Amino acid sequence: MAISEKEVKHVAWLARLGLTDAEVQKFTRQLDVILEHAGKISELNVENVPPTSHAIPLKNVLREDKVGACLTPEDALSNAPKKEDQAFVVPRIV
Amino acid sequence: MEYESVIGLEIHAELNTESKMFCGCGTHFGEAPNTQTCPVCLGLPGSLPVANAKAIEYVIKSGLAVGCGINLYSIFHRKNYFYPDMPKDYQISQYDQPLCINGFIDLDMNDYQTRIGITRIHLEEDTGKLIHIGGAGRIAGAKYSLVDFNRAGVPLMEIVSEPDIRTPEEAKAYAQKLRAVLITLGVSDCSMEKGSMRVDANISIRPKGSTGLGVKTELKNLNSFRSLQRALAYEIERQAKALNEGKPEEIVQETRHWDEAKGATSTLRTKEYAHDYRYFPDPDLVPMEFDIAYIDFLRSQLPELPNERKQRFIKEYGLPVHEANLLTESKAMGDFFEETAKLYKGDPKAVANWMLGDMSYYLNTEGLEIDETAVTPKHLAELLKLIDKGVISGKIAKEIFPEMFETGKLPQVIVEEKGMTQISDEAEISKIIDMVLEENTSTVEEYRAGKDKAFGFLIGQAMRLTRGRGNPQLINRLLREKLQA
Repeated sequence: MAISEKEVKHVAWLARLGLTDAEVQKFTRQLDVILEHAGKISELNVENVPPTSHAIPLKNVLREDKVGACLTPEDALSNAPKKEDQAFVVPRIV
Repeated sequence: MEYESVIGLEIHAELNTESKMFCGCGTHFGEAPNTQTCPVCLGLPGSLPVANAKAIEYVIKSGLAVGCGINLYSIFHRKNYFYPDMPKDYQISQYDQPLCINGFIDLDMNDYQTRIGITRIHLEEDTGKLIHIGGAGRIAGAKYSLVDFNRAGVPLMEIVSEPDIRTPEEAKAYAQKLRAVLITLGVSDCSMEKGSMRVDANISIRPKGSTGLGVKTELKNLNSFRSLQRALAYEIERQAKALNEGKPEEIVQETRHWDEAKGATSTLRTKEYAHDYRYFPDPDLVPMEFDIAYIDFLRSQLPELPNERKQRFIKEYGLPVHEANLLTESKAMGDFFEETAKLYKGDPKAVANWMLGDMSYYLNTEGLEIDETAVTPKHLAELLKLIDKGVISGKIAKEIFPEMFETGKLPQVIVEEKGMTQISDEAEISKIIDMVLEENTSTVEEYRAGKDKAFGFLIGQAMRLTRGRGNPQLINRLLREKLQA
């Protein structure tokens, strides 16, 4: 097995996903197949191949330090389920 | 048991660019909530970040100023975690290829010098601001929180030191020196009050002479250099006490909150989450590549840095190392000194003495920076000129200083208003001394019998009669003449 149920639960928790036990089992099987497949690359000798961080041959795409248009606070908050004093309301954190 | 502390600092400085790191929103401090946001910094689906060229330049310049090597190839990573101050649920940061690595800051402590290594400097985006409602504004106990995303996405530079710092004083000196460098470069305001410079400290202790590492704690909420120094001193004592009492379990790897009013650190209750950030290269941001000519160009643009300025102060103004060090601790102090010396044209050491004496005293008392007061280089230069011309004595100058400090009135105005002009008229002083001699015949006899102390007393009496306005040199000379006659 390339991945354990324990790891799947951990990753699900990090992503704030609530999985049922049946789902944990199902995703463990599916992820296992995917990782196994991706694991094939380790059969190759890639010693002299630099890691690929980006697939497109672009570099230094930058912008000048100029201020552009912002949203109005009304627009910025328009999708917020709850707001107060022109700010987003979030449930207690700790 | 004698312990030695091992301290490393993580310093965050907001870069003072016009626009945010990955979008064109403004970066002003203190605006109404959520007035500087857009789809990019709100993390709305479909928006794409584009890096601010100026922010990258600022970080490279900072790195060059502290002797860092610059990575000619550098990329942005996503640091994944859930926290309401990050709308995307990840922060764009840098991981294994930061812009700058391996630098240092040299510190001149009072009686020794030391070098503090800088591990890395990387570029990231700042988070939003949380306002906690209920629970006295602290996160623990709050009923709910408000989020203002004005600050989210402001370019933020993180400077990580090596654990080379051994004392709270060194930690303070390091942070101050770094601040002076960044302000001199003009890359950040470094205001600890506004939060554009934030210092976190990692601290552990170990038996002196050993090379192992103890369990470290991380200190937060260090909102001033004073807090930094006090919090470290407190934590060192707390950890030493735990070890001495055989209770090492009281030191656990955790984040502790410094309470300036209580003068103590306490466990910071945060939601438990694994430090499992799953960094991966941000596919929305393409790599940065620099050629050496560009780096050399930026190097050639560096202004005179605090340590260079210190050396120049020693050479050009003949200041002792200690004074030169203090005067270049902040850019504003150095600028004030040079401007005053230029206006005054007299002995620069007098300027240094006043700045590090009376001026620093009142600044510390009021908790102000030198550029936040009514006193300008012109004020101090005029004050020194008045002393040189004999219009006032040094003692009177010391009385004028606080008023000047408070009101911003020029010294000659205060002198005239209060009639504090020095009495340098020989006849007038002579008359006063005669009175003193008449009233204190027994002291005069003591003096003649060889009691030197009596002389000081007579000077004091003469000064009292002139209400401090008598020219001290003149009183001294005339008194001596009359006593010897």
